[in-house]
Amino acid sequence: MSVMGKTADSAPTGAREYLTFRLDQEEYGIDILKVQEIRGYEPPTRIANAPEFIKGVTNLRGTIVPIVDMRLKFNCAQADYNSFTVVIILNLRNRVVGIVVDSVSDVMELTPESIRAAPDIESAIDNSCILGLGSVGERMLILLDIEKLMSSVDMGLVTAAD
Amino acid sequence: MAESYQEGSGAGGADFDLSQFYQIFFEEAGENLDQMEQMLLDLDLSAANDEELNGIFRCAHSIKGGAATFGFSDVAELTHQMESLLDRLRRHELQPIPQMVDVLLESADASRSLLARHQAGGQGEAVSTTSLVKRISELAAGVVPEDGPAAAPAPAPAPVAAAPAPALKAHVPGQLRKLQIHIGPLERAEQADTIKELFRDIPGLGSISDLPSPQAGVRLFAVETTSSTDDLLDLFAFHVSKEQVRFSDGDEAPAGAAAPAAPDIDPDHAVHESEPPSGGAEVSYGFFSDAPGAPSAVPAAAAKPSASKAVAAAEPKAATQAQMESTTIRVAVNKVDQLINLVGELVITQAMLAQNSRGLDAGAYQQLLAGLADLDRNTRDLQESVMSIRMIPMSIVFSRFPRMLRDLANKLGKKVELVTLGEATELDKGLVEKITDPLTHLVRNSCDHGIEMPAERLAKGKPELGTITLSASHQGGSIVIEVRDDGRGLSREKILRKAQERGLDVSDQMSDAEVWQLIFAPGFSTAEEVTDVSGRGVGMDVVKRNIAALNGSVEVDSAEGYGMKVSVRLPLTLAIMDGMSVGVGDEVYILPLSSVVESFQVNSGDVSTVAQGSQLVKVREEYMPVIALEKIFQVPRFDLNKSSNIMVVVEADGSRVALLVDELLGQHQVVVKNLETNYRKVPNVSGATILGDGTVALILDTGGLVRRARH
Repeated sequence: MSVMGKTADSAPTGAREYLTFRLDQEEYGIDILKVQEIRGYEPPTRIANAPEFIKGVTNLRGTIVPIVDMRLKFNCAQADYNSFTVVIILNLRNRVVGIVVDSVSDVMELTPESIRAAPDIESAIDNSCILGLGSVGERMLILLDIEKLMSSVDMGLVTAAD
Repeated sequence: MAESYQEGSGAGGADFDLSQFYQIFFEEAGENLDQMEQMLLDLDLSAANDEELNGIFRCAHSIKGGAATFGFSDVAELTHQMESLLDRLRRHELQPIPQMVDVLLESADASRSLLARHQAGGQGEAVSTTSLVKRISELAAGVVPEDGPAAAPAPAPAPVAAAPAPALKAHVPGQLRKLQIHIGPLERAEQADTIKELFRDIPGLGSISDLPSPQAGVRLFAVETTSSTDDLLDLFAFHVSKEQVRFSDGDEAPAGAAAPAAPDIDPDHAVHESEPPSGGAEVSYGFFSDAPGAPSAVPAAAAKPSASKAVAAAEPKAATQAQMESTTIRVAVNKVDQLINLVGELVITQAMLAQNSRGLDAGAYQQLLAGLADLDRNTRDLQESVMSIRMIPMSIVFSRFPRMLRDLANKLGKKVELVTLGEATELDKGLVEKITDPLTHLVRNSCDHGIEMPAERLAKGKPELGTITLSASHQGGSIVIEVRDDGRGLSREKILRKAQERGLDVSDQMSDAEVWQLIFAPGFSTAEEVTDVSGRGVGMDVVKRNIAALNGSVEVDSAEGYGMKVSVRLPLTLAIMDGMSVGVGDEVYILPLSSVVESFQVNSGDVSTVAQGSQLVKVREEYMPVIALEKIFQVPRFDLNKSSNIMVVVEADGSRVALLVDELLGQHQVVVKNLETNYRKVPNVSGATILGDGTVALILDTGGLVRRARH
């Protein structure tokens, strides 16, 4: 759905803005419109029996928000929590979710021409959650359909029923 | 209007004062009618699904139930007919056709105006429902009129009450007014349609509907709004010029608007005026003579003839036009919830300030500390006041029943006594509103199906007078409401036979509890004949559905020949609750204080194990299962010197377990936050809260923990 939305939205200007962040050596991009805010990492309250990459829930000005560590989800070699660790608060279809990343780089505008289709590859994430690969100079951006990724069942954020 | 004066003729009318519930009933009925209308309009005739038909049916059923309770027999009669038709539809004995929707919509309008008339104390012209009733029963019998719409009696042109056109009534801010807005002459009448969009787009502005336009280029709208005329003019100014807009009071039609109003515009107008008064008189007399016990069914205004005359003189429109008016403010529950949440945040902030100011030097910061003390007190008061908005005693619900039961028992020729217990039990208002209908069903069922006829009771050696007991109590974190009767109870064989007839999957090996659950299946009824009281098999599935929607449960217990008991268990899903915080490892969990029974320190010798290592602890001659929170929440241990050696006994669903924790941290009020808003349901956790230091703590679901230990 959001892919369709994407083509429709991008028709007038052609370009869309992506927030880019780093996980280990990899660089990812997500639709800037899905980002609510960026915060420092504070230890959340652990939830028993949740997958390892769900760090727990935290208090965001009175709202209880789950925190997902993308580095653990994407099998990064290490996931340290220090003063540079960043949480991106996403607002996805009435749900608020925080994701932990190593660092946030910048906001980039990408035209459809600079986005290549992702080849079928084996990875920790479902290929359908990758919108494509954006090339900016020498850098390669992995563009994620963050909404689809976060609402997939194996993220464990939603119960299988809904 | 002589019928208004007949009050006081029946005996026992003063026993129960129902008038406080009229308003509730009128509002509920209004909502039900609106909902029914909406569903009827949305109904896809070619592929109507059961859910929709059941929904419409339930609306009619609820109105009928309420109307019968309050003695509005004309409304009850009409809705009973609608219900019969809908019942056949939902059983797929009839195919829905447009004529049915038409007649049902008209009946809804007629009911609305009948209700409005009752609300105004029987003033205004009565609406004859005779032709509607006839048409419905024809349709229900399968007779399809030649051409539907034409067969409907076209509303005659309106002989408008010739009140002298009063000046526009002074506007009271915030009060709902009915207005007619006259726009034009316009070059293009479509321009006025943008006005309608305004009403649609701006929430809270009010509602608008078309009235037939008296001449080309002029549009007429009926508007209900709380905004002042000036505000409206300002809004409209973007679309039409001020000079083209004229306002008049909604209840007197401007000249030229005598054409019949479309049914859904202003039912008061449309239906009142569409029928000759003679038919109405017959119906309205019928209404009072039908119900001898209904004297107090006339609201206060009509109860005193002189008073109602005075009112009529003071306000001409009351005499000519009955209309639904609201005397209470109905506030959306989510607004109250929001308020409670905000107060909760304030409590947290206040606690944080109090904590941080503790180390301050009392001499140097005297004023600051005095201010904080004031803040503390004010916050508490505020919190109490806000909470009290939601809490009302069960007596509000219970006191509806004696009268209803009395009428019902008279009608059925039974002798029934109602005993109520625990009326002072306080319940969240949101719950009260939602529990009333299910309870009404249960009480009616008890009276209709449970209690036997006096002769039968005597023959069985029971006292002639049957007893229905309503009780409410807090048990652990829930409120339990019981409806108990000493009637004939449920018959296992009869239920199984009925279930087989209906093709339900049953066997003789089913346990009693399973058999009793069958009565909650949609459309299931053991009554031999359908009366207008019950027997259509609607009640119980609605009861169950409504209660499940509140996260509650219904249990049935019965002994054939001795009576039955229906227990409704509801969680106290309040936004703020008293919690006890306990520490396990480095983590903090909250227990609902209401479910905590006691706590004590254990020595290793007190705990014994059974077979697979389940632990039991003996507390005052009772063995109860032990649940180590450390284990089920997989709490990591950093300090190995600490261990759990405190037991907290919690009670839920009537059984107890002992929770093993490290330490008791304290008791305080917590704001309950939903985990599922952004996350998902977590086993053994009912919600979360924010502690004074801003971190999140999970609230334990004691019911879940108990079930886990006992299953």
